Amino acid sequence: MPLLRTPIVLVLAALLWHGAVIAAEPQRTVPDTLAQRAMACTLCHGKEGRATNAGYFPRIAGKPAGYLYNQLTHFRDGRRQNPGMANLLDHLSDAYLLDIANHFASLDLPYPPPQTVNAPRDQLARAEALIRRGDPARQLPACASCHGDALTGMKPAIPGLLGLPRDYLIGQLGAWQTGLRHAHAPDCMAQIAKGLTPDDVGALATWLSAQPLPADTHAVAPSAQPLPLRCGSAAR
Amino acid sequence: MSDVNHTAVRRLLTVALGATVLLLIALAVLIGRQLSTEALPPLTAQPTPADPALVQRGAYLARAGNCAACHTARGGEPYAGGRGIETPFGTVFAGNLTPDATGLAAWSADAFWRALQHGVSRDGRLLYPAFPYESFSRITRDDSDALYAFLRSLPPVAQVNQPHALRFPYSTQAALAVWRELYFEPAAFQPDPSQSAEWNRGAYLVQGLGHCAACHSPRDALGGVDSARALDGGLMPGRSWYAPSLRAAHEAGPSATPGASTVELLKTGVTAGASAMGPMAEVVFNSTQYLNDADLGAIGQYLAAQAVPVAPPPAAPAAPSTQLELGEKVYKQHCLDCHGEQGQGAAREGGSAMAYPPLAGNRAVQLASPVNAVQAVLGGGFAPATAGHPQPYGMPPFRTLLNDTEIAAVTSFIRQRWGHQASAVSPLDVQGIR
Repeated sequence: MPLLRTPIVLVLAALLWHGAVIAAEPQRTVPDTLAQRAMACTLCHGKEGRATNAGYFPRIAGKPAGYLYNQLTHFRDGRRQNPGMANLLDHLSDAYLLDIANHFASLDLPYPPPQTVNAPRDQLARAEALIRRGDPARQLPACASCHGDALTGMKPAIPGLLGLPRDYLIGQLGAWQTGLRHAHAPDCMAQIAKGLTPDDVGALATWLSAQPLPADTHAVAPSAQPLPLRCGSAAR
Repeated sequence: MSDVNHTAVRRLLTVALGATVLLLIALAVLIGRQLSTEALPPLTAQPTPADPALVQRGAYLARAGNCAACHTARGGEPYAGGRGIETPFGTVFAGNLTPDATGLAAWSADAFWRALQHGVSRDGRLLYPAFPYESFSRITRDDSDALYAFLRSLPPVAQVNQPHALRFPYSTQAALAVWRELYFEPAAFQPDPSQSAEWNRGAYLVQGLGHCAACHSPRDALGGVDSARALDGGLMPGRSWYAPSLRAAHEAGPSATPGASTVELLKTGVTAGASAMGPMAEVVFNSTQYLNDADLGAIGQYLAAQAVPVAPPPAAPAAPSTQLELGEKVYKQHCLDCHGEQGQGAAREGGSAMAYPPLAGNRAVQLASPVNAVQAVLGGGFAPATAGHPQPYGMPPFRTLLNDTEIAAVTSFIRQRWGHQASAVSPLDVQGIR
């Protein structure tokens, strides 16, 4: 009996193989859009780039295009250290990175409620003072003076600070302090971060991750006033 | 009796000692010969700027040789060196090629030519073969001079070369001398008069500047390439990628659709059935996309003629059914949307261009070594953004989302579905590559 079955199995196998080869012709299509191309980004940064602040990965949807473009080139060119991001961006041109930045910047999508609740009162007060007034004695400008009164960022290249994970905020301020994260020179955020104590960093991250977004979540227009510090990335 | 024994032993010892001394002398002579290369005099005056046409040709040749890929650190000044090249013997740091005192300012055209041809620095030191002089020794003097003119035209960048971080004894010039005696013979390019001019141009580019054999050849334990097995495919040192054979049809050798697809892959980074990934994406992005159609055609024609009949590996044992079940589950959850239920890939809407490559029938999926398939799942990535394919589609990295067991399962699944019979992958394999 097995002898009799063998040719049948072979014929079936040949048919299956033939079927596989035919099926290998790409007949399926996917949209010719940046959203489809950027599926590589949204596995980590959330559907449509809308990561919540529950995990570590930052939301990218709706951030200013200049800011996003700067970060993409920073990762590719080693000014920010993240092997996963570098591996993704290694073989992409400036032009394409700008397309990707413009795509995510153009998304106007709602934000979820903040994840940090019941933050200690003293931490909130300490952070709010730095955010609204800075600390002139330590030459720390108020966060709001560059990131906007509503902290939703300033066009073209200063990011909003709300709706981000607390761990991510701590990670970034720490990376600036230790020199793992750089912006274009003069690197104003490195200068500011190095003036912060560990308690400042913890308080700022707690406060920022506890804020609901204002009604208007968009980055504001560039300020007519000069920024309190010279920032190489802000003008780009 | 015992006296006789003693005499025999003593005689044997004397012979062994004598042979050892002779061997050591021979070795010393060989090493001495290698190490006796003289320093060439430094340039005392800057050479007059070269003809712009020569500089332009040099720039093109530097693209063809992909010099910048190694001689530029991530985000660093072009050609100023500093990138570390991982080897099984430690890290070799590429040097500064700009005309600064810390770079090639003191180098004459003769010194540059000698470095390409003989793998020797201007001061007579032997260079490590991470600088692929086994290939570059085939570069013509004319092309060497054009490259030199181009490098001299660059803005000087002050960046001191970083010392290599090699383990003993590989860190010594004597070890390098032995290696060169074993594996390196300077050889000018020999055109084959029985072949067309186009074929010979392709051979010159592939064997010389293109240094394809540096990755696409097997290396032995001392990092040497057997010239008879050049382009037969090799595991890349330190990076856990396999550079597939350019000769075997079941790897990346000429297949049913030769020529055109090689040219297309080198020019755009994608073909109907495949896309360049990992280190090859870097080569296309920085180098081959800039080659003119005549040179790409020549490379295609030469490579198409390199086919050797090699039997594909025998069917591997089937993976355990539990692993394949898990693999199918992971595939349906994370891969199917782009690569399709039948592994057929997907084309761009409104056009025939490929967006996501098919996995069914894809040779890269079925290589005997699973490293490339595992790397693709771990790191994801985009095909290179080239002039001919400026907005590639991307694949997310699954490194953080999936564990070793899941990545092993989904890789085994795609290697054994759709008629594929490649080996299963274990979680331990994934851990080793991760």
